[in-house]
Amino acid sequence: MMLLRLILTALSLGALPATVAIDLPDLPYSYDALAPAISEQTLRTHHLKHHAKYVNTANELLKSEPSYANLSPEKIIKDRKLRMKNLSLFNNVAQAINHAFYWKSLSPNGGGQPSGQLMDLIQRDFGSFEELKNKMESEALTCFGSGWAWLGYDASKGHEKLVVMKTTGAENPMALGITPLLTIDVWEHAYYLDFQERRGEYVKAYFDRLVNWSFAEENLKLLGLVIAKDEL
Amino acid sequence: MFSVHPHRSGGLSALGISKIFRESKIHIASTQLINTIMSSKLISPALRAALNLHSSKLPAATSQLASAHLSSAPSGGKHELPGLKYDYGALEPVISAETMTIHHTKHHQTYVTNLNATLEKLDAATSTADASSIIALSNALKFNGGGHINHTLFWENLCSKDESAYSEGGELSKAIDSSFGGLENMKKELSAKSIGVMGSGWGWLGYNVGTGRIETATCPNQDPLQATTGLVPLLGIDVWEHAYYVDYRNVRPNYVNAIWDVIDWKVVEARLVKAKSG
Repeated sequence: MMLLRLILTALSLGALPATVAIDLPDLPYSYDALAPAISEQTLRTHHLKHHAKYVNTANELLKSEPSYANLSPEKIIKDRKLRMKNLSLFNNVAQAINHAFYWKSLSPNGGGQPSGQLMDLIQRDFGSFEELKNKMESEALTCFGSGWAWLGYDASKGHEKLVVMKTTGAENPMALGITPLLTIDVWEHAYYLDFQERRGEYVKAYFDRLVNWSFAEENLKLLGLVIAKDEL
Repeated sequence: MFSVHPHRSGGLSALGISKIFRESKIHIASTQLINTIMSSKLISPALRAALNLHSSKLPAATSQLASAHLSSAPSGGKHELPGLKYDYGALEPVISAETMTIHHTKHHQTYVTNLNATLEKLDAATSTADASSIIALSNALKFNGGGHINHTLFWENLCSKDESAYSEGGELSKAIDSSFGGLENMKKELSAKSIGVMGSGWGWLGYNVGTGRIETATCPNQDPLQATTGLVPLLGIDVWEHAYYVDYRNVRPNYVNAIWDVIDWKVVEARLVKAKSG
């Protein structure tokens, strides 16, 4: 009984380690690894200032939202009530996730085309890789204001297919039940130091030199899809 | 050729003219006639809606010409990038010449170019009265039209540090004292709101026509203040990242706090006076 009281007191005083906080992952490569497409200066500012701020703000806000403190970041942003209750918490957690996903969507040896099941699906759902690329570029360029462009997979019954879409602000396709495979950040801070207003050049550099198709293939594998040969 | 009965108000009645087009078995092939009618002062805005040129079975070239005359853009059909009343370097050190150059000649210019393109499409859609096509253009219109409006207002409410002077006792300071309890309070409130905009948008000081008071507001993306909220814009602060990234990187608060040094208060006051006089 005494022990229980002790534990409960400790808990209420916050003396025990906090439950899952949002973390700031390291970049999968060095800060100069993506130059000249994305400069070291951009990566440092983007990761250590923008991404870090979302993480810190999210963790600060979680302190006053104990019901969310135990959940994974993905579970937090999928909660429909959260946006209405605490939009700021949603935005910061979502941006933390989006940026972590973005770093992995880039690679110093990026570009080229995917292979395997992902390529099969691209051909099934878009006709060709060129079509897919054009659609994704178009979404990235027609995202007015701040946002993201995505390649994702809709695994919902009857709708199974690859999707290319854009989201505004902090929005993530997971909230729509779509599994992200790849993303490109088109908030101005992602490209302004290197390309200024020329978002088109940044998007081109992404597809030519940065896009990490292996990451997209891994994400697809996680879905464990079984595609019948006659569907392709 | 046709007997046209002038409407009591002085212009051709909308019904009159479209009746002529519909009932006439003689297709008006003469572009000269169209030119004359369309450029005449007899055409009222109401006539635009009534002139469903597509259904009048006019030859395509003729209806396109008429469309051009009904263009919603000013003076010959094109919006233009306004010039700045100062050099690109005039706002330093608050906003660099580099930022001003890109912001004005690239970002604002793009809004103007795309606004003109959208208006052309709107004219074509309007001439066919196809509601779906017209509505489909609304996002592009709001984005590019708003972008043009907002940036035009922005350049005008900025000036060099030397020229920035806030005067007590005038209409503006009276309104600020009454609505906020003083300039510092207003600056604090507008700064906080501008800094807090999520993603891209603008901070505004606006005049509420209904209450006669001035208030702060924010709008997302390029949504124009007046068309969106009814507030008359007095002072705008662009908080899109392109407005400050070169000079301040991610530190938007530093930019917003600094911009108060280069506000053209004379312009802000003139806007208020104009808004109050209706």
